Amino acid sequence: MDVVFDILSSANFWAAAIRIATPLIFGVLGALICERAGVLNLGIEGIFVAGAMAGWMAVFLGAGLWGGVLIAAVAGGLFGLLHAFLTVILGLSQHVSGIGITLLATSASYFTYRTALPNVTTPPRIVPFQPVSIPGLSDIPFVGPALFQQTPMTFLALLLVGALALVLYRTPLGLAIRAVGDNPASVEAQGLSVTGLRVGAVVLGSALMALGGAFLTMSAFDAFFFGMVNGRGWICIALVVFASWQPGKALLGALLFGAFDAFQIRLQAQIGQVVPGQVFLMMPYLLSIVALILVARRADYPRALLQPWTKGQRH
Amino acid sequence: MTDTPVLLSLSNITKRFGALTANDSISLDLHRGEILALLGENGAGKTTLMNILFGHYVQDEGDVRVLGNGGLRALPPGSPGAALRAGIGMVHQHFTLAENLSGLANIRLGTEPLVSFGREGAARAKVQKIIAESGLDVDLERRVADLTVGEKQRIEILKALYRDAKVLILDEPTAVLTPQEAEGLFAVLRRLAANGLGVIFISHKLGEVLAVSHRILVLRGGKTAGELETAVADRRAIADLMVGKAVAAVVRTPANPGEVLFALEDVSLHGAGGGRALSGVHLTLRAGEVVGLAGVSGNGQSGIAALISGLAVPTSGTMRLYGDTVTRPDPRALVAKGVARMPEDRQHDGVVGTMSVADNIAIEEVRSGAFSRMGLLDRKAMRERAASAISAYDVRCQGPDAEARLLSGGNVQKLILARVLERGPRVILANQPTRGLDVGAQAEVHRRILAARDRGAAVLVISEDLDELFALADRFVVVHAGELQDAGPSDGLDRGTIGLMMAGQGPAAAELAS
Repeated sequence: MDVVFDILSSANFWAAAIRIATPLIFGVLGALICERAGVLNLGIEGIFVAGAMAGWMAVFLGAGLWGGVLIAAVAGGLFGLLHAFLTVILGLSQHVSGIGITLLATSASYFTYRTALPNVTTPPRIVPFQPVSIPGLSDIPFVGPALFQQTPMTFLALLLVGALALVLYRTPLGLAIRAVGDNPASVEAQGLSVTGLRVGAVVLGSALMALGGAFLTMSAFDAFFFGMVNGRGWICIALVVFASWQPGKALLGALLFGAFDAFQIRLQAQIGQVVPGQVFLMMPYLLSIVALILVARRADYPRALLQPWTKGQRH
Repeated sequence: MTDTPVLLSLSNITKRFGALTANDSISLDLHRGEILALLGENGAGKTTLMNILFGHYVQDEGDVRVLGNGGLRALPPGSPGAALRAGIGMVHQHFTLAENLSGLANIRLGTEPLVSFGREGAARAKVQKIIAESGLDVDLERRVADLTVGEKQRIEILKALYRDAKVLILDEPTAVLTPQEAEGLFAVLRRLAANGLGVIFISHKLGEVLAVSHRILVLRGGKTAGELETAVADRRAIADLMVGKAVAAVVRTPANPGEVLFALEDVSLHGAGGGRALSGVHLTLRAGEVVGLAGVSGNGQSGIAALISGLAVPTSGTMRLYGDTVTRPDPRALVAKGVARMPEDRQHDGVVGTMSVADNIAIEEVRSGAFSRMGLLDRKAMRERAASAISAYDVRCQGPDAEARLLSGGNVQKLILARVLERGPRVILANQPTRGLDVGAQAEVHRRILAARDRGAAVLVISEDLDELFALADRFVVVHAGELQDAGPSDGLDRGTIGLMMAGQGPAAAELAS
């Protein structure tokens, strides 16, 4: 028990939890926007990879760090547009299209990386985002180092949670997005475009997902590796359900997962001789499943999720 | 009324769905302050016409013109946005509300610039003003999912009025309302029309059309069958216009009850859903007799229906079919033994919407050998049976391969009749057999049920419509709070007695009171 307490009471642990949570925050917000509009985007895992590669490659080729972030978002948005074309405009299966996007985006990213850098053995590095201190806040004992010494992308992610909540719950646009995911007929009957709203939501959501990937190569690490996304996209899909499609709970879910992960790394260092390492690696996923079981049974799904909308058809 | 300006003019509207011509060159004019009833049977093309007017469908021919600045202007087809801007508001039969939002949010949806913080306060004030003027009282802040059907409809009307609609279209607005709610709606509509709104009221119920409208346009088979002023309209004449031929009244001959085919003996049922619980129920169904089950909805009707359907077995007591005790819930075995079921929610429990008419007709018999050869489905036999059922039962559809979800409610019920009656069942459960059906379809269903009785079937009709029960039943039972009372032969009964029993008073007390 002392071990657990030691870990939980270190500022370093909480800082790590937030760092690990950051890409998940981007991803879960992106998935949340798509699903609120009624479109499941299983392209998320591949869009993470595309964002990670595109952002890193842009910086490696000479763009500024924020320029890289923008390019990652554009790359994600383009894959989102493809998903939206297939699922919203053509009305194809969202599952099949999403998994196709994941395969395509992942392979295209690896292919581009290999084609651009054919002879590299160790991945080349860039100078990533550095942690910034917020004057005043960062100097508070414990809380300062835990919360306020992060890289700019983490702060961006946290800001986006508030921004998305504001848009969803306080603007006519948010109203329309929530309505189109519940009953597209309500939106059409009020003269808005179901297609326009859904395509827009999927493109925007996919751009956010790509930022999650970009964080990995431009903030958490400084290079691009194959397999570095490692299921983070899929975790986001589960976290959206956990969050009941609400931005605030999405943040909570991402932080919880980040905390589990940071905890297992530290616990492993302490008692790794006694318990096999794989048990620790398993922990965050196992706990996610338990959390989902507890929460998701009461989940309030957007009613029109997965349902294509065809204008003029009898429903 | 026709001296006020024309708000809306439809000319020669034609719309085809595949081989089906849903609207065939229909024209109409709507004047200011007028309530125009669009009357017709299910499938006459009323809803299609209004969906064209509102831009959900694009017509193949004809045009829609709306009063704008300086006269009637053509409305671009296929654009609900344009229809809304031109001042046309529509209340759909199936509400178009986002259930996860509040009533106010649904009303505001699409009325404010998307990228802005909106004008919630101003919107609320305007809606409150409309509510005060129209009497459409409803809690604006509650989630639509938590509102009653009547309240949802009020939100729909408010949506249209909030956009300053000049023309309000209501598609079968009373189908989902209690009689009291419907009266309230009529009062609101009269008030709105008096204030200058033009109202199109779509219905297949003659009585309410006569009560609320100024003028009646009758549609039949996609064509205009007639147009008349309500004040001088004759009920009988309109009914004949609707159906195209005189509707023969269904005549019930005296019953000739035979042996007991189905019986519940001191049956109690506890289970999920309070509406299903039964205690100490005795019920016998005899060959050649229709038993009518009356009761206020939710008093145990669904429990009795579940027992006869084989979806439940008694918690205590005995259920007998042809004298044998039924101990396990097994719908398939009951169907095989000759129990026919017409479920209450026919769209949901009666058909598989995404399967074809042929599949739905064969669905109870796929294992019987009639429709299979060497373990494979015999498509040809299924299609042939469906084709003969479609003509024998007058199921209006594009053919055996049409998806069942595309059929109107009346035609779904005819499909179910065709499926269950063709097999010559001995016990028939008809649960709300004509709810939502038009006059013609109703008479057809009644005729079929009585014919099955005369052939020797035992029939239980569950209905909330006392007129229907008096038309069909030879004997009455009344359910109240899970207990069943025998009301005796229908010939000696009046509505008041049944009503008191529905409210929980015994037959003796009911007799004294009446």
